[in-house]
Formats: sequence, structure tokens, C-alpha cells
Amino acid sequence: MREQGVWALAWKRFRRDRLGFASLIVVLVYVAIMLGAAAGWLGPDWNAEAGVSFAPPTFLGPEAVESPQLAKAAEGAQAVADYGIADPLAPDLTEIAKTLSGASTTSARAVTLPLGGDKWGRDVLKKVLKGTQTSLVVGLSAAALAAFLGTLFGALAGFRGGWVDDFFNWLYSVFTSIPYLLLVLAIAAVVNQKGTFTVILILGLTGWTGIFRLIRAEYLKHRVREYVLAADAIGASGARRMFVHILPNVSHVVLVQLSICVVLFIKSEVILTFLGFGVGVDTVSWGSMLAEAGSELLLGKWWQLTAATVAMAILVTAFSLFTDAMRDALDPRLK
Amino acid sequence: MLAYTLRRLWQFIPTLAGVILLVFFLFNWVGGDPAYLLAGKISSPDMIANIRRQLGVDEPYGVQLWIFLKQVLSGDFGASWSTNERVAEIFATRLGPSLTVLVPLLLISTLLGMAAAMLVAHVRGSLTDRAVMVACTVGQSISILVYILVFQYLFAYQLGWFPVQGWGVTFADNLLRYSALAIIVGIAVSLAPDIRLYRTFFLDEINQDYVRTARAKGMSETRIMWVHVLRNAAIPMVTNVLLQLPGLLAGAFLIERFFGIPGIGREVILAVERSDFPIIKAVTIYVAVATMIINLLADLLYKAIDPRVVLK
Repeated sequence: MREQGVWALAWKRFRRDRLGFASLIVVLVYVAIMLGAAAGWLGPDWNAEAGVSFAPPTFLGPEAVESPQLAKAAEGAQAVADYGIADPLAPDLTEIAKTLSGASTTSARAVTLPLGGDKWGRDVLKKVLKGTQTSLVVGLSAAALAAFLGTLFGALAGFRGGWVDDFFNWLYSVFTSIPYLLLVLAIAAVVNQKGTFTVILILGLTGWTGIFRLIRAEYLKHRVREYVLAADAIGASGARRMFVHILPNVSHVVLVQLSICVVLFIKSEVILTFLGFGVGVDTVSWGSMLAEAGSELLLGKWWQLTAATVAMAILVTAFSLFTDAMRDALDPRLK
Repeated sequence: MLAYTLRRLWQFIPTLAGVILLVFFLFNWVGGDPAYLLAGKISSPDMIANIRRQLGVDEPYGVQLWIFLKQVLSGDFGASWSTNERVAEIFATRLGPSLTVLVPLLLISTLLGMAAAMLVAHVRGSLTDRAVMVACTVGQSISILVYILVFQYLFAYQLGWFPVQGWGVTFADNLLRYSALAIIVGIAVSLAPDIRLYRTFFLDEINQDYVRTARAKGMSETRIMWVHVLRNAAIPMVTNVLLQLPGLLAGAFLIERFFGIPGIGREVILAVERSDFPIIKAVTIYVAVATMIINLLADLLYKAIDPRVVLK
């Protein structure tokens, strides 16, 4: 009988966990949305003003009451007609009014949109899809950067020991003595530059500490194990032992920590963007949607808030449950 | 104990030096020269040079670092760049409002979280337990921003139970009127992670031998939970609460900002928005020192309430 690898065994355990498996599917759906949006299939025209301002969701039907602005415009038109003289500017004005009222004069604005519209009549559904791309790209890339740094530092510190270990431990104690959000905000203040890439850099460069601590502990444990000593005996270099021999044996720790980071970074991106230090104004993310939703709520327009909240809550819940299931499946102690 | 404390205090020095270097690197090197930003859109080279001289950013880096070091050691971070208020003064006046929100928030959320965690740990594995855990997971996945927006809209704007924002003159007014909703939001946000964490603390204890012994002696389940398990599970909880403190101090900034509470958190947000570096620098240093001291206190407290712990 063929011996099963550790990953195959983990996958077998994982499949038995129905909740974990279901959340993996949800996560994959989100990744598919992210890829679809990145390829331009989903919500490429999110910025288009497709509907009337604050178009309600389709399932609610169009708004019964006319907006006060429209009513005023109608009154104004009547007043002009009362003078009895033809307005010489009338054709020009109708032209201008036409251009102003719609993004293009050719297509009329929709009265309702699938999940409603925002202040400018942009489709909330398209914004959610496009925002999923932004938020997930930020979360995944920043987590990948943090995992890379944390693993590299942890491997060096744990494997090399001595002054290398002292140095990275010192760096770790410096970074952890400043609360995470304060550090992120301080860097955002210094960089003072919006953009998806900036957010990824800020989150990735500050978020490596948790991974570092665990990976360092793993390397301390592994570097004296027999298989590593054997590799040393046949002349494998330090780097080879670190990354070819030991790394595959601690990669499950990296994977679990990485997905914990994804959740943390998605949440942080939302807060950063909300405060105005996140992704740029030409990008939509769940954070920028929530930032708009605050003032919308006061007008009773709850749909953008709900859409962004639900989209984020489903992903974060699924990702957390998936992480838990993955940790259980990968934990060798349960074998 | 004394030797341990002294050694830990001694270890503060390299960490603090690192924090100072990091802050210096960020604000004086990366952040560099905010003179253009502060001078505004219409500015002359003279004005820029003048602002640079005022801020001291025209000095060489070595001199700037020396000035910063003196600031840290003397605790005098100069004046705010945007309001010209002394940074020390800002802290003295903003700490009170922050604590007015944070202390009740921390107390109530810890007690509530502890009680709820004990209940679900008591009925572990049941439908209630699972339902609460699912609710906690979902509750944790909703952004704190949503809690603030919805609570403020619902309870302050629609129902009018609380003022939307503001700050009064007397302490009682501040605590009971203006901080109330902020505290409620804070509790709502921190309850879910607290219950999940504390539940694991209780579960760790429930399977211990002493619980089985107590049961074998015929002790009531209530007494076991409230007297034996609670006292043991409280040990990690106490340290957890302490360790949360520095993060809370800075982390409550969203709550402070939305409810118009003139605390340190709101000051940080304002400073970040205005590129007011002296305030951010001072907060970062202060909070880092506070974090180090609190970590030490947590370890000492751990030792004090659990004699089995060996400090090394």
C-alpha cells in the first residue's frame, strides 16, 4: 500500500469537516468573483451612473415620492412659461439639462437597481463585486507579504541563533510594543499617499510579527532534529537545510497564520479606507462603500451599508471557519 | 521577584531605543519634509524655509535624532503643528475623557464576557453553545464601523435615547449621557471575541482532575463552576484584560471619533489627518512605554495570583 503524504491526509481530514468544506467553497466563490472582477467580467463599469440618485433595490420597487429637486424643477418650468415670451435660451437649456440628468443622453437612468444605487446612482451590486476584488486582493497580497517576511525572519532567527536571533527578537519586541492599529495609522500618516499598493505595503510590513514568533519556535525545534542533522552530515548548506528540508515541515504553520492574517488585513483595510488613508478615490472597496454609507444611513438609504456589510461578513466568517478547519486538519497531534 | 523586575526593566532600554529609532526613521526620514504640506497651496520659498526652520527639519539627521531623544527623555514633545497647543497639555486634557469611556467599557465587557463564557462552557456541546459560538463568529466578522454606524443611527438618531455626539462639563453627565452609547458599542464589539477566548479558558479548566474530584465529592455543579473553575480560569483572563489595555487605548479611536469624545484616540485620528507629526510621535512613544510596563505588570500579576508560575 502506498504511504499517504501529510497533505493528502490533511485533505482527507478536511473533507470530513462539513462546515469547513462548505466555508472553503464560499471562499472559493469569493476568489472567483475577485478573478472575474480583475479580468473585467464583473462590474467593470461600476463607476457608471446607471440609475437615479439613491435608486432603491429592485425588490422594493421604485420610490413613490418624487424627490424635492425634481418637483422644484417642474415648478420652475411653469413659471417661465407664464411670461408669455419664448425663452431664447430654451433649446440650449434643454440640451444642458439632458446632458446633466444622465451620464449619456442616449440611455435613460434606471429607476431601480438590483441592490440599489448610491448618491450618484452607481449600481451597488457592481460596486460590491468590484469592491470584493479590491478588498480580497489587499488581504491576500498583504498576507502573502507578511507571511514571506515572517517566515524569512523566523527561519533566520530560529535556525541561525546567536546575534541573528537577538536582532530579530529585538525587532519583534519593537514592533509589538506599538499597538497594531496605531502603528498602521502612524505609517499611513507618514506615507500620506493613498492607493491599493500603499495599503498592501503598510499592512504587510507591519503584520509579520505573529508569523515570525511561531515560525521561529518551529525552527528552534526542528534544527536539532535528526533529519536536519543528517542533511548537515551529507553537506547540505544552511540555506538548503532551512528552506528545502525544514520549511516543508513547518509550512502548515505558515498556511494557518497566513489565513489568519488575511482576515485581519481585510478588516484593517476597511478601517484604513474608511478613515481616508486606504485605497484611492478611483477605487471601490468595502471600506470606501462603508465610508459613503455613513451619511446615506441618515437619509434612510440603507442598501449600500447592508450590501458591503453582508459581503464582508460572509467572507470573513467563511474564512475564519475555513482557517479553523484547516488548522484542525493540519494539526499532526490529532493524527 | 525583584531581580526579575530589575532585569525586565533593564531590557526595556534596547526595545525603547528601537521604538525611538523606528519612530525617528518613519517621521524624520520617510515622512521627511512636511513643509510643503503645511505651507498650503500658495507658498513662497521663504515661507517654506521659515517653516522648515521652525520644525527643525533643516538640521542634519544626527542633530534631529538628538533633539528627538531629548524630547523623549524630557517628555516634552513640543507643540502641535496645527494648533500650536503643547503636546503634553493635549495629553493631560485628553486622557480623562478616554478613561471615562475605557474603564467602564473594559470592566463591563470583561464581566459580561466572563459570565456568558461560563454559561456556554457549562452547557458545552449543546445547541445553545453552538448557536452562541456561531453568533460570535458572525458578530466578529462584522466591521466595527458597522456597529458604530448602526448603533448611532438606531439608538441616537432614530430613537433618541442618547445624544448623537458631544461632551459635557460634569463627570456624571459625561459618563452617563455622552459615554453611554460609546460604551455600549464597545461592549458589543468586544463581547464576541471575549466570549470565544474565555470559553476556551473555562474548557481548559473543566477537564482538569480537580473538577472530577470535586464532582466525586458530591459538590454541586454551580459551586464547582463559580468557586473552583472560575478562580482558575480567571488567571489567564486577568492577564488578557491587562494586555488588551494599550491596544484599547489606541483602538478606541474610532469610537471616540464618531461619538465626539475628546479623548486621545480622536486626537490621534485628527493628527493623522492633519499630518501633525509631534502628536503621533508622542502617542507612539507613550503607548509603547505603556505597553512594555503593562506587559511586565501582567507577568508579575500572573506570578502573584498563580504561585505555580516560574518567572525566568
